[in-house]
Amino acid sequence: MEAIKNLLFRMADDELIYGHRMSEWTGMGPIMEEDIAFSSMAQDKIGHALANYSILEKEFQTANPDKLAFFRKENELMNCQLVELSNHEYDFSLVRHFLFDHADFIRYEMLSTSSFAPLAQLSKKIKGELKYHVLHADTWLTRLGNATEESHARMQSALNELWNYALGIFEPSDFEAELIAEKIFDGEKVLQQKWMEKISPIIEKANLKIPSSSAPVYGGRKGYHTDQLQPLLTEMAEVISSEAEGTEW
Amino acid sequence: MSKIPLNTPVLDPRIKRVDLESTYGTTAIGENEHWISWEVFHQKKRGDQHVHVGIVHAPDAQLALLFAKEQFGRRLACVNLWVTKSSDIFSFSYDDEDIFDNATAPEKQYREASGFRVMEKINRYKKSKQKA
Repeated sequence: MEAIKNLLFRMADDELIYGHRMSEWTGMGPIMEEDIAFSSMAQDKIGHALANYSILEKEFQTANPDKLAFFRKENELMNCQLVELSNHEYDFSLVRHFLFDHADFIRYEMLSTSSFAPLAQLSKKIKGELKYHVLHADTWLTRLGNATEESHARMQSALNELWNYALGIFEPSDFEAELIAEKIFDGEKVLQQKWMEKISPIIEKANLKIPSSSAPVYGGRKGYHTDQLQPLLTEMAEVISSEAEGTEW
Repeated sequence: MSKIPLNTPVLDPRIKRVDLESTYGTTAIGENEHWISWEVFHQKKRGDQHVHVGIVHAPDAQLALLFAKEQFGRRLACVNLWVTKSSDIFSFSYDDEDIFDNATAPEKQYREASGFRVMEKINRYKKSKQKA
């Protein structure tokens, strides 16, 4: 079933790469609790990636999750480009967190009624974690959007910078019609509509503005990436590649 | 053991603080310049009491709840958290600790619930339930 495999890879690769980007705040967060928050959300994301890779292995006899996570080439990864961008300052990471996690939350919510049982089960299992990720993002966005002139300006410019990448989350796959017909997933278009409806009032509450012109950054879902992904992949696989195959950890 | 005289010079900053007011004069603390202390109360399961577990520092209640979740809600079983401003807590002074003296004195044993003999009744009730 190529359609489901493609969906699982897109989701798993998003979570894996985004989880690693989030984890880069470990030890660097602006205050201790935020350091812990990003670190623990990073662990959740890697956990979600593992869950999706495990479904791939179990249901479609792919390689094991470690192999899928650490030994695929850059052009084999199907994550959207939004999640691979290097962190800058905290505003950038918070806005990305807000934009990505709302899409992630709604995607899993849609999958809770999927005809593909493993995804429906996973969706129910991680609902609470995703709810918290969104709550964390919303709290910061509205707080910093309304705090000082500087914090407002920083959040707005991060939103401007990330907006087109965020629209790239919803890059349609070649399997949209099939996923919808088989009642596996209602498709990226519906997801994007729901996402816009959900985030618009929160952005307004944060006193921020959605950029008026938009040009979605596509390519990630087909294996085209920015030059910021390869260094991350190299770093991620550094330890596992240094050991003989089959080393037990 | 003799008490250390109050005017003994100490270098520990927790004990001898710089007198900021006489050194720098009074300054007003503006909004967003200083975070507030919040007391955190943790509830293990529904129906249980919220139990005080510590404090967090945050600019508002929403962020205090987020920080409390990170600090106190990740490893223990938890269904709910409360936060309240530390400044909203009122307390007795430890100088008045003696007002609590004798609360457990033997001659006041009549105040303890142990004086009531109900165990027999409870056991009889339990037994009758088991039979039914």
